[in-house]
Amino acid sequence: MVATKHTIVVQVANRPGVLNRVASLFRRRGFNIESIAVGGSEALGISRMTIIVDGTSPMVEQVRKQLDKVIDVIKVSDISGENIISRELALIKVRTTSATRGEIIQIVGTFRAKIVDVSSDSVAVEVTGDEAKVDSLYNLLRPFGVREISRTGVVAMTRGTADDGRGEE
Amino acid sequence: MKITGGQIVCESLLKEGTEVIFGILGGQILPLYDTLTQYPQLKHILMGHEQGAAHAAEGYARATGKVGVCLATSGPGATNLVTGIADAYMDSTPMVAITGQVGRPFIGKDAFQEIDITGVTLPITKHNYIVTDINLLAQTIKEAFYLARTGRPGPVLIDLPRDLQVESTEFNYPSKVELTGYKPNINGHPAQLKKAAKLITEAKKPILLPGQGVLISGACRELKELAETAQLPVVSTMLGISAFPATHALYFGWLGMHGMAYANLAVQDADLIVAVGMRFDDRATSRVNAFAPKAHVIHIDIDPAEIGKNVRVDVPIVGDARAVLAALNKLMIPLEHGEWLAQLSEWQREHPSLAIREAGEVLPQYVIRQIWEATGGEATVVTGVGQHQMFAAQHFFYDKPGSFISSGGLGTMGFELPAALGAKVGRPDELVWCVAGDGSFQMTIQELSTVARDSIGIKVAIMNNGVLGMVHQWQSLFYGQRYMATTLSCPDFVKLAEAYGIPAANITCKGDVRPAIERAIATPGPFILNFVISPDENVYPMVPPGAALHEVIEAPKKEVPAWSRRNTP
Repeated sequence: MVATKHTIVVQVANRPGVLNRVASLFRRRGFNIESIAVGGSEALGISRMTIIVDGTSPMVEQVRKQLDKVIDVIKVSDISGENIISRELALIKVRTTSATRGEIIQIVGTFRAKIVDVSSDSVAVEVTGDEAKVDSLYNLLRPFGVREISRTGVVAMTRGTADDGRGEE
Repeated sequence: MKITGGQIVCESLLKEGTEVIFGILGGQILPLYDTLTQYPQLKHILMGHEQGAAHAAEGYARATGKVGVCLATSGPGATNLVTGIADAYMDSTPMVAITGQVGRPFIGKDAFQEIDITGVTLPITKHNYIVTDINLLAQTIKEAFYLARTGRPGPVLIDLPRDLQVESTEFNYPSKVELTGYKPNINGHPAQLKKAAKLITEAKKPILLPGQGVLISGACRELKELAETAQLPVVSTMLGISAFPATHALYFGWLGMHGMAYANLAVQDADLIVAVGMRFDDRATSRVNAFAPKAHVIHIDIDPAEIGKNVRVDVPIVGDARAVLAALNKLMIPLEHGEWLAQLSEWQREHPSLAIREAGEVLPQYVIRQIWEATGGEATVVTGVGQHQMFAAQHFFYDKPGSFISSGGLGTMGFELPAALGAKVGRPDELVWCVAGDGSFQMTIQELSTVARDSIGIKVAIMNNGVLGMVHQWQSLFYGQRYMATTLSCPDFVKLAEAYGIPAANITCKGDVRPAIERAIATPGPFILNFVISPDENVYPMVPPGAALHEVIEAPKKEVPAWSRRNTP
């Protein structure tokens, strides 16, 4: 069976230690988390995690069930097969010289990214998009000298009304 | 009226129906122990070691079906509980463990006897808590008990900072819990039940395969009804022993590494496995990709994560064993499987896995069989882990639900003595036999002080072969008889028992076995029997590691153990 990338959305009670419980489960069952992003959700006291894992469908299904057993986990969905919006934000600090600055600004513009900080020898670029877009921009900027990159990890949701019915009230 | 954290714990325990606490005190749990003086209704049993406290709580829980409660201090007290908590986790035993913690201002400072026990026990508890707000204490205890006993039961730990035990607040015990993320599914899906009934009706060679979940759920009656109505032969797991009467005509033993050869053959030839409350553990399935190759599988379990984890399942049914079996029984019509049953009986005759050979020496199989005969099967047998455990599982015929208590998943040597004393506390009017190995027994032997002090009337049968027998067997069969680190140094168990003030006897010849057992039963209070047996008496049948379930090594036909040769003049 082929391992593919899965996007798992986990809604958890916002209690101390919950991230540890979720992360520990992945470690114990021998799964690698490719990225994890945690933040608030539309409901009070509930946080939302977007976890990207690489694995075969039965393996990911097993992890989904194991996650569901964690008492602080309220809902787990593997939304990989669905029509989803997924976004990641990255900050990339690139070395610049007067000779390269123009070209970098042009590339950034093509990607609809933003320059958010400028200094004499570097610029900081903010880019939002799916993982592939962030990767492409990073690859194009690398030859100029990337000093630092900070990525948030992917956040995702399904498109349209195919949500879980828990709208903002 | 405001009461202290300690009082809240005691009041809450009473509300949960707790009668007994197994524990050891220490600095950070001292305020709670001080409160216990006001609550004589909560019987506290002081143990010799916290591991013993956890196993005793397990034995108590498995004997009564109630939540076992153990209590320990912070740091080493808490870490000593860990083996017992892990054992309860693996065997789905309902337990609440309460530990003391350093005061809140000291947490995170590496204070004396501070350990992050919620961190340590994270992967071996169903859930755990550190209570940092006195106003959440009662609710936490309510949740802990609810989680421990519902769904797939398991251990829940509550860590209590010392200063919280003396802080005061109003006590309001919640009448119900609200856990949005926790809703065990009780009733099986009707469509799945129909599919299951259809598969059972169509099967030519069905096997009903109950595990411990049947005992936990109290579904033995429903299981028997299903077996009898549909004439399904029953092969249990090792922890499923006693879920179905062993002397019933439809019972064909238990499967697995040391299960009966005919049970394993039956499973391998079956065209349908109806698994109830079991988890296809590797000791049960042997090589999993060769397990029951011809069978469709119906898997009934309350834990959805168990379904499809190890074995491919055709009809998954998530629900409580009792509710699901009751619903399934309504759909069943009487069936006949005469030919299949005749085949199984033939295999049983051809592979007499439970036959005990004639021998002058004390055979462990014979000892167990004699305990069964002497008690008429009216006893609870608690074992440790090793060869003695397998002999006890094989050669006693368990008819009564819950009469066999053993450490299955974790395989914890040293389980027997504390678990047996816990079981006896839970079943004071029943005969409780602790079947021990000399190695296993010595791992928690300090609990003899508990047995002696409280005169807990367990009967202990030590299978003393002077070696770590199961490992010795593996070294003998698979490691070229290179016996590394398996020879034990045992004390004179009779003298040791006498030092504790417990009556005891040595048994070195076959003729003394039965009278000794009868004397132990007739003597009020605890009694220890030290059966001197051969180190070369292996457990058969045996499925070698990595082999398929039917590739069984059976007892050599005319085995004369090297030990008895050595003792022949």
